[in-house]
Amino acid sequence: MDFSIDGKKVKAKKGEKILWAALDAGIEIPHLCAIREAENAWGACRLCFVEIEGRGVVTSCTEPVGEGMMVHTDTERVQRLRKRAMELILADHPMECKTCPKRGDCELLKWMKFLKVKVPKNLRPFPKERLEPDESHPLFVLDPNKCILCGKCIWVCKEKIRADVLDFAYRGYNMRISTFLGKPIAQSPCIGCGECVKVCPVGALYFKDKEEIKEV
Amino acid sequence: MLDEEGEVFKEVFSYFPARRRYLIRLLQTVQQKLGYLSEDAMKEVALHLGISEAETFGVATFYNQFRFVPLGKHHIVVCMGTACHTMGGQLVLDGFERELDVKVGGITPDHEYSLERVGCIGCCTKAPVVLINNIIHPKMTPYKVAEVFAGLRDKGSKSSEEHQE
Repeated sequence: MDFSIDGKKVKAKKGEKILWAALDAGIEIPHLCAIREAENAWGACRLCFVEIEGRGVVTSCTEPVGEGMMVHTDTERVQRLRKRAMELILADHPMECKTCPKRGDCELLKWMKFLKVKVPKNLRPFPKERLEPDESHPLFVLDPNKCILCGKCIWVCKEKIRADVLDFAYRGYNMRISTFLGKPIAQSPCIGCGECVKVCPVGALYFKDKEEIKEV
Repeated sequence: MLDEEGEVFKEVFSYFPARRRYLIRLLQTVQQKLGYLSEDAMKEVALHLGISEAETFGVATFYNQFRFVPLGKHHIVVCMGTACHTMGGQLVLDGFERELDVKVGGITPDHEYSLERVGCIGCCTKAPVVLINNIIHPKMTPYKVAEVFAGLRDKGSKSSEEHQE
């Protein structure tokens, strides 16, 4: 299937989502929640907006390619929406980059720089309640404060590993990833595969000791 | 798990086939029978439907209608609808919290009183309203809180409480 992104001719399989076709063609589109193997895109982060001529703005991770489609990744509308989405994520994220275990390979920071967005000061009406990080598991730590609710860990735990340890709980500002009844992970059916930690784009899930995991 | 609870689950599960889409209705029915969703209740529902416990918990916490602590002997519902709110419902709620020494959604250690806030009871002319064991206490004030408790302890006073106006 032939179509174009920013005027560049791109080929992709039928049913392929625009995001992956673009990334394969070397065109960068910010994304935080997308998983390529996932059957249904989650579409939560709202960073991968693109504009299709004659169709308007869509999230590229949920939109399959179409014959002769003209996709643009850098129109003003796209930029504005992406930046706003990024600001909304950042408004809820503690910017403790200096002490963050994800320092160096944080995807959030990468796309924040890519989009040239500053940490917004006025988007959160009241301070965020600080939650206690779950350090019960011998291998990794779950720090819900840094979570951006991308849902990647939930997908791998549920669909790939089928351990069913995590899911979203509560609602609105209180929404978080949680085990059953919010119990410590050590008391959950977690098998300690560490897949959730590997997909986490931020420092919400991190290994206690990076060396240790190689032995396991 | 108590035998009694087990019986309830058996009965409820017999109404609903093991399909994911019955999750909310199952939780509602279980809550109706037991008064709240216990840990066992959520585990059993998850097992019955073949979904994860974490997901059941996630769905249950999303909705305000589900509670995770049992009801007290006296269930106190403070109205926080628009009318009751503007008439000082928050102060009444604070009054109950102070008097009982529990937070909203909680229950006293002796399981006598449970406290809850709701959107609207539907009698805004009597704002701010408090519902105790389904009896309406109209035009509440923080000062009346202690009075209400005196009435609850004094058994025969239920009808007089109702027509306090």
